Amino acid sequence: MIEYLTSLFSSTILMYLLKGFGITLKVAIIAILLSIAIGAVLGLIRSYAPKPLRLLSGFYIEWFRNTPNLLWVMVCFIAAPLPSDWSRCAMAYVLFTSAMMAEIVRGGLNSIPKGQFEAAHSQGFTMVGTLWYIILPQCFRHIVPTMLSQIITVIKDTSFMAQVAVAELLFRTKNLMSIFYNVMGRQITAMDVFLLFGFAMLLYFVVNFTLSCLVRYLQKKDSVSSHL
Amino acid sequence: MIEQILTPWRWENLFVEWPTLLRAFITTLEASVLALLLALALGVVFGLMSSARHRLPRAVARVYVEFFQNTPLMIQLFFVFFALPYAGVSLDSFACGVLCVGVYTGAYISEVVRAGIGSIPKGQFEAAHSQGFTYLQTMTVIILPQTVKIILPPLVNQCANLIKNTSVLAMIAGGDLMYVANNWATNGDASYGPAYLITGILYFCLCFPLSSWARRHEEKLKRQDVQTAGDNAGKEVMAA
Repeated sequence: MIEYLTSLFSSTILMYLLKGFGITLKVAIIAILLSIAIGAVLGLIRSYAPKPLRLLSGFYIEWFRNTPNLLWVMVCFIAAPLPSDWSRCAMAYVLFTSAMMAEIVRGGLNSIPKGQFEAAHSQGFTMVGTLWYIILPQCFRHIVPTMLSQIITVIKDTSFMAQVAVAELLFRTKNLMSIFYNVMGRQITAMDVFLLFGFAMLLYFVVNFTLSCLVRYLQKKDSVSSHL
Repeated sequence: MIEQILTPWRWENLFVEWPTLLRAFITTLEASVLALLLALALGVVFGLMSSARHRLPRAVARVYVEFFQNTPLMIQLFFVFFALPYAGVSLDSFACGVLCVGVYTGAYISEVVRAGIGSIPKGQFEAAHSQGFTYLQTMTVIILPQTVKIILPPLVNQCANLIKNTSVLAMIAGGDLMYVANNWATNGDASYGPAYLITGILYFCLCFPLSSWARRHEEKLKRQDVQTAGDNAGKEVMAA
């Protein structure tokens, strides 16, 4: 059994899959960071900006939130003005996720009483200063759990890139099935297939489960501290 | 992309083939409805299990939820479609898509149901028990009907997510909206601009009413929550 496992997960195959997971994480991290920044701006605009801007950001948010992420991966893969395959896909995730993040930020902003603005204004804070020092820190503390759930979704959705042949983890797992004979010198068996898929699932699971444990911990902490 | 959308003859080509598009749209609807039924059934069963008293059903529900929420839908789909045939189980792509999307969304719905049951005061269970209700009767007659108001908004949100997720059918040639649009994009004269735009609009028409209804009602519930925050805060602190 152990011999079989070590021969299946040889360093070649292991490196091949882990490199794929590297691409998964790279795209996910870039998409997450950019979406949080853009989402925060869009959320602020939708809540506080003058009406025409508010409508515009509302239109963006609703349009991307209510269409499948997979659609944007395909559209951006063909049409985005970026050099590499993975960066075009990353743009698709930014488009979709920034709309989701904006909606989450808006929810957080809703929970902040209007009196805070008046108080900050009376103390001589400018609008930007109020948002940066007073409103956003409170808002982010509330929405961190929801944001983390969205981050898990982004990590999972990076597997859509398999459809446009970006060599991330899922693509490589499936690709191994067709190149197995060349790599291993024998026919692939059901056991091999299950173990390869199992390994890929395990990688996704470890990262996402860690994050979702963090979500639960923060939610519990938040619900206790906000009532004390 | 933009110049394609502004080219009239590409639109003409698209509309000549409207029956294909319609059939794809109907496939998406069928897949959504079937997957939703499966997801609701699984969601209620596992939601009840995760609020059970015994440890075993709770553990089983936990494993189900954690596994399906923390691995990508795509890998589950590929596993069923590409790996299971090695073990002698092959499903056609539509059945495969419905099964995977249903089981995946079921995990999310089970969490919604669990939270709903958790929001019902314990006294209700005790009162029902003292009146001679069995566990099943308590749940179906007393507890679940009360949770409906609370869980409906997140449930409708999950429904919108489910519709968006049925687009993964495209990955296994499921003949849904996304698949047909993608075919247009890669075959023939490559009129992807209009095809993707129409696809986006169709998904939007399905999901927008659902998600905006859900948001309105969530906000309404939150406002009611603030009014009764006094009692809730008391209870939570007691529990802590």
